[in-house]
Amino acid sequence: MSANAIELRDVHKSFGKTKIINGVSLAIGSGERHAIIGPNGAGKSTLYNLISGRYPLSSGTILLNGEDITGLRPFEINRKGLSRSFQVTNIFHNMSVYENIRCGVLWAAGYRYSFWHRVGGLRDVAQRAEEVMEKIGLAQRRNVLAGTLTYAEQRALEIGITIAGGASVILLDEPTAGMSRSETARAIELVRSVTQGKTLIMVEHDMGVVFGLADRISVLVYGEVIATGTQDEIQANAAVQEAYLGAVHKEIASA
Amino acid sequence: MRYEPLNLGRWVIWGAMALVFLVAPLVFSGGFALTMLIQMGTMIIFALSYNMLLGQGGMLSFGHAVYSGLGAFLSVHALNLIGKGAFTFPVTLLPLIGGLAGLAFGVLFGYVTTRRAGTTFALISLGIGEMVFACVLMFPGFFGGEAGVSTNRVVGQPFLGITYGPAIQVCYLVAVWCFLSIVAMFALTQTPLGRMANAVRDNPERAEFVGYDTQKVRFIQLVLSSFFAGVAGALSCINFEIVSAENVSPIRSGGVLIATYIGGVPFFLGPILGAIIFIFFVVALSGFTKAWLLYLGLFFVTMVVYAPGGIASILLMQIPVLRARRFGELALPYALAAAAGLVALAGLIGIVEMVYRLSEQGASTVLNVFGLSFDARTTPPWIGFALVLAAGLVALRYASRLVGARWGAIQQDLLARRA
Amino acid sequence: MEFFLVQTLNGISYGLLLFMLSSGLTLVFSLMGVLNFAHASFYMLGAYFAYQISTKIGFWPALVVAPLLVGAIGMLIERWGLRQVHKHGHVAELLFTFGLAYLIEEAVHLVWGRSAVDYRVPPDLDGPLFSIFTSQYPIYRGFMMLVSVAMLVSIWLALTRTRIGLVIQAALTHPQTVEALGHNVPRVFMLVFGGGTALAGLAGVIGGNAFVTEPGMAASVGPIIFVIVVVGGMGSLAGAFIASLLIGCMQTFAVALDWNLVGGIKMSQVAPVLPYLLMVLLLIFRPTGLMGTREG
Repeated sequence: MSANAIELRDVHKSFGKTKIINGVSLAIGSGERHAIIGPNGAGKSTLYNLISGRYPLSSGTILLNGEDITGLRPFEINRKGLSRSFQVTNIFHNMSVYENIRCGVLWAAGYRYSFWHRVGGLRDVAQRAEEVMEKIGLAQRRNVLAGTLTYAEQRALEIGITIAGGASVILLDEPTAGMSRSETARAIELVRSVTQGKTLIMVEHDMGVVFGLADRISVLVYGEVIATGTQDEIQANAAVQEAYLGAVHKEIASA
Repeated sequence: MRYEPLNLGRWVIWGAMALVFLVAPLVFSGGFALTMLIQMGTMIIFALSYNMLLGQGGMLSFGHAVYSGLGAFLSVHALNLIGKGAFTFPVTLLPLIGGLAGLAFGVLFGYVTTRRAGTTFALISLGIGEMVFACVLMFPGFFGGEAGVSTNRVVGQPFLGITYGPAIQVCYLVAVWCFLSIVAMFALTQTPLGRMANAVRDNPERAEFVGYDTQKVRFIQLVLSSFFAGVAGALSCINFEIVSAENVSPIRSGGVLIATYIGGVPFFLGPILGAIIFIFFVVALSGFTKAWLLYLGLFFVTMVVYAPGGIASILLMQIPVLRARRFGELALPYALAAAAGLVALAGLIGIVEMVYRLSEQGASTVLNVFGLSFDARTTPPWIGFALVLAAGLVALRYASRLVGARWGAIQQDLLARRA
Repeated sequence: MEFFLVQTLNGISYGLLLFMLSSGLTLVFSLMGVLNFAHASFYMLGAYFAYQISTKIGFWPALVVAPLLVGAIGMLIERWGLRQVHKHGHVAELLFTFGLAYLIEEAVHLVWGRSAVDYRVPPDLDGPLFSIFTSQYPIYRGFMMLVSVAMLVSIWLALTRTRIGLVIQAALTHPQTVEALGHNVPRVFMLVFGGGTALAGLAGVIGGNAFVTEPGMAASVGPIIFVIVVVGGMGSLAGAFIASLLIGCMQTFAVALDWNLVGGIKMSQVAPVLPYLLMVLLLIFRPTGLMGTREG
């Protein structure tokens, strides 16, 4: 068994006196597609933000590919091969689609803080950006200002920026939030294709998306993981049913 | 704000700019005109360097004069040393010394200031500016105290017969450095650092999550910007042959901020326009009226409220309309608005000038404006100008509504056509 | 010992004045997100108005009327100026107030000239309050402290005990919710801005005659206030309080101490630079300020 892509060991997080994450331990294998589900307010986004370095941990450790990344700053974690998207679309509104993707490529391509390269002439960067734009289906819209894209297009761009750097561990925060049925179907395909061969950790509310994509699922309730397993295991788990899936079963049945 | 690039070809634009730089000193060859051109050229470099921070990096600085001023001080001492024969160095390349000095201080102060962003950064830059200004007055040995440090630029071996004695030679020196600086600063915007500076400006969080240390990006951007500020400082030293505490003062810092903003922060060309307008205000207008600072302030505040993208934004907004050949529809509303504006301005000028005359000790209160003379102590001129101002403002309100309506109609058509 | 006590009292009274200024600034910043660059200009207006009123009518009317005038001007500026700029973002708002500072200084030049005016401590308050050993502590300093403390206590009470105060506190973090509940948030903003400027004006009334009243006073005290706000931590009143007293005492002692430092420079010459040095040191070791809460 290769080193786990992401490992959480007894992670705790409190904001002031409020305890949000209460001792989460989780191991996600390399190449696995893992979904984190749970009722609203369970702490999914907080957990996300802890893994990606946006918030500091109160206690515990997080390991990325066997390396301790606890307390590292977001850009340091990103450079070690973890990339994340945002639930509230977080793109560069004043730049075109192409330039957005290019920003995601530059560091990984090794250009760092160079002020002596003409960015328009960097062929490797341009090529990679084209590839990513093809994958997310926005190649036709390359010169459009990102702030003027449709919502679904912005979400696709969001994913595009996330994968542009070639990170091996991808975190997606509710990638289909706010989408219609058809848009969701397309988004699922997009997520499946761009995370081929990578480790994916996904927070999602839409059960259809989760059960279609995920290899394993963790259920987070009140800051604790009450169950981890495959789709069948989770659906059979009594505690999960009680806490969360009871309502969802009806939803799936009526779908 | 982004606009589609003009299809005229980049070489034409750069070539035209080079031509203007070449020809202007020959056309405007009077002494006063040359002074203005020299100051405009210097200010263009200074304002462009400032916009590397604000427009490109999202860093509002109230203390940018620190870098240009300290660059100027080191240049003036270097120049004096050259004059004494302590070392040989061509005066032509003195701005390089100024630039490196500016860069060094950029590294020193930049480390502290870029630790924070946004409003906090602005206040820190103000604090550093005040600190340097206060220090300059504390060390008269190096900084020359109240009188400053003076120098002579006609030193060393003449280069191809150029001594920099006559103003026109200084003017061409400034023109060359200005052109080179514009090219260099434009090129910087096309580099990975330049692009990431924009990214950090727009969305610092996202920039971190694509692998960039935003503090480092801002730090490097500031260091590069302070290099060019130092170049401007050295040119100012060569031109005026004196450097004093005023060069690092908050007034200078405020000046470059105003100049850049008036020109237009979101555009590369903006500071160039703004520098030209600003120098015109300061140098030309100050000869005509004592109220020039008030007018400048009012102009600035008006721009902030009604045209935050600066003059450049107003000009560039017309381009799609021009391309669609519909500018004719706007010609009349614009003319009306301009006329109304001029009327209001006349009323304002009248009142302001009268107030200034009254407040000045020993000044004559009789004014000669527009061919008429009247005494500021009597009431009729006040009423007259107030009415003119009021009429102008009312007319302006209507005219701008007309402009707005026509503009909106045209924009709708353009959008419909594009869709 | 005597020197130490006198200077400490002076430092505290100056620090309280600085806190009156920085608290107004912090409140407006916390509520509206806009840093009023012209805050010290309203301080200056308060001093000049008080000068004008006290020479024509008297000091005690000036104490009441001048701050109200300044507050009224502040409200007008918020209503007709700041509110228009709000949609262009925080940078535009800051620059608007920056331009305003310029304009107010020019206006003061126009009306009252470029040299200092003779705004004096009123005769009833001019004299010794008590004696510390051989020094006499002036009544006016005590008066300044009294007014500062009284004003700050009443503001604290107003914010925490009255209804409008609670509305303001709520609007601090959730303006849309407060508006949805039917409160006129724009009017609240206008009142708070006016209140902030009135507070600055009051500081001007009591500070202008203790220190000098001249057109450059805004430009000299303004940056100190910003340093206080940065050192204390943006948006923190407690931080501003600590920083105000700290800098007030530091300045007072530095000016009074006649020490000779390196290179023939005296401590009193270095005094103007000290607040900025403090800020730089703090930024290196504790970038969020003493009690930082909100990033600008």
